[in-house]
Amino acid sequence: MSPLATASRHLSGEEVQIFDPAKRSMLLTALYIAQEQYGYLTPDAVDRVAKRLGLPVTEVYSMASFYSLYRTKPTGRYVLQVCEGLSCHLVGGAEGLVDYLRRKLAVQPGQTTKDGLFTLETVQCLASCGTSPAIRVNDALYENMTAEKVDELLETLRGYHV
Amino acid sequence: MFEPILTRNCGLPRSETIDVYMANGGYQALPKVLRECTPDQVIETVIASGLRGRGGAGFPAGRKWSFMPKDPQVEKYVCVNTDEGEPGTFKDRELVEKDPHQIIEGVIIASYAVGAKRAFVYIRGEFFLGVKRWIKAIDDAYAKGFLGKNILGSEFSLDLSVHRGAGAYICGEETALIESLEGKRGEPRKKPPYPANVGLWGKPTLVHNVETLANIPHIINRGAQWYASIGTPKSAGPKIFCISGHVRNRGVFELPLGTTLREIIEEHAGGMAFDKKLKAVIPGGASTPMLTPEQIDTPMAFETLEAAGTMLGTGAIIVMNEDTCMVDVARRLMRFFAHESCGRCVPCRVGTRRMLDILERVEAGKGKAEDIPHLEDLANGIRGRTFCPLGDAAVNPILSSLRLFRNEYEDHIKHKRCTAMGSP
Repeated sequence: MSPLATASRHLSGEEVQIFDPAKRSMLLTALYIAQEQYGYLTPDAVDRVAKRLGLPVTEVYSMASFYSLYRTKPTGRYVLQVCEGLSCHLVGGAEGLVDYLRRKLAVQPGQTTKDGLFTLETVQCLASCGTSPAIRVNDALYENMTAEKVDELLETLRGYHV
Repeated sequence: MFEPILTRNCGLPRSETIDVYMANGGYQALPKVLRECTPDQVIETVIASGLRGRGGAGFPAGRKWSFMPKDPQVEKYVCVNTDEGEPGTFKDRELVEKDPHQIIEGVIIASYAVGAKRAFVYIRGEFFLGVKRWIKAIDDAYAKGFLGKNILGSEFSLDLSVHRGAGAYICGEETALIESLEGKRGEPRKKPPYPANVGLWGKPTLVHNVETLANIPHIINRGAQWYASIGTPKSAGPKIFCISGHVRNRGVFELPLGTTLREIIEEHAGGMAFDKKLKAVIPGGASTPMLTPEQIDTPMAFETLEAAGTMLGTGAIIVMNEDTCMVDVARRLMRFFAHESCGRCVPCRVGTRRMLDILERVEAGKGKAEDIPHLEDLANGIRGRTFCPLGDAAVNPILSSLRLFRNEYEDHIKHKRCTAMGSP
């Protein structure tokens, strides 16, 4: 079961009423599902969510822009999120790793590589301060990262697409 | 040597499973409560234990429970706050990933005490493993009859489900969390009314941090007096401290509240990495004012840290050595808060952005003499002028660093570069 559909998971019969997908509370979950299906929140995806939940399109966009895990632009197959929190920075992470990835992938943060494989991003604290520096790749967390480990990781991920 | 309570199972293989939890004394408090205690007795026990919230504010947990209306006709909710995102903090992730049943048992007991039949876990979207652990644990708790209809043959029923956030630090604030659960932008509400009266869907709602709830089964099992005997009179119980930055052993350490910062850094975290000198400590996560090496004997408790001009916060200790540039630290902290400001209150939305602009300019060696008073002006314009504590959280560490390390700001402006880190 995809953890994306969690909100509808442990509901008793009468609650399905409260949690009818047409109800507002399902909006975060609906956006996750749409994003998974469409790759990112395309105008079409947003439109469908809005219709399904009976909400104005602007309201759905307002949510998509508020929460940082929703994307309204396409990304690469793997989104590399380098934590730039203080604890990652203190042990030489953040800039070091971002710089390294910037050179290695020839992209700036926010951009995607030409082959469409990697998007580089910087993010705020990932709650890995004891095992920093940390990088999140899609839904997986990589801790105690070094340039060598970044190389290995990129190698592995590229290996899936040869 | 202090025996861990909340993290005692965390090192065991498969510690996240219901079998390991039950084999180590788990789910024994729940039948005891359902068979032997009235809801009011549970609340009294929690009040007597002295347990205070572990999410940052430190509000007495039992009193929070007692504010919930007693009318059984009124629908009530309990929310588990797993929106851990305060820079420096990684304790809730540890508990959820390694011992989720301890928290679930706490949730069930809390729900019984306040008369809630429905509880929600709100977890930050980035915690993918945490989401999976929560779902598996809830499934298993249902299968054993700890959740669902007529729990363990009693009159009490409770449903619990997981709600995944989507990347917003502000949703850790309880009213923003409620807004997000309702499917809205996580913008904090004005208080009062407090969630205990008007919360989720307008109903009375109890919101607790993961670590707070993890304490509950132990208080029931071993008694309020035992619990109150740990820590200090005003800060009872164990606390999971998270240490990061320039120490030898980073990580989580569970110790009694009131353990000194010196003991935590020197003994538990193995001292300063590379034997560098200590320069400053953030004691309770990114929103708490800094302490200096002279204050290292301060006990880590609510009242003692308050007396030292700072806060226990989440117990996230960030240690910085002599090579750390404090302007750079201030800039980083402000970048976080400017990014996470929800935008509802103008002083916070615009003020944090303006402060960040100035800090970036000073750090880049382009600062002007008037930048320092300007920073202070902006900080005072934000402080106390926002609906939620994020505004205060953003400016307090900056003000403390301006007070403690003013010379570094002046040096940056005068020499057009950083002189603290040794290299230009």
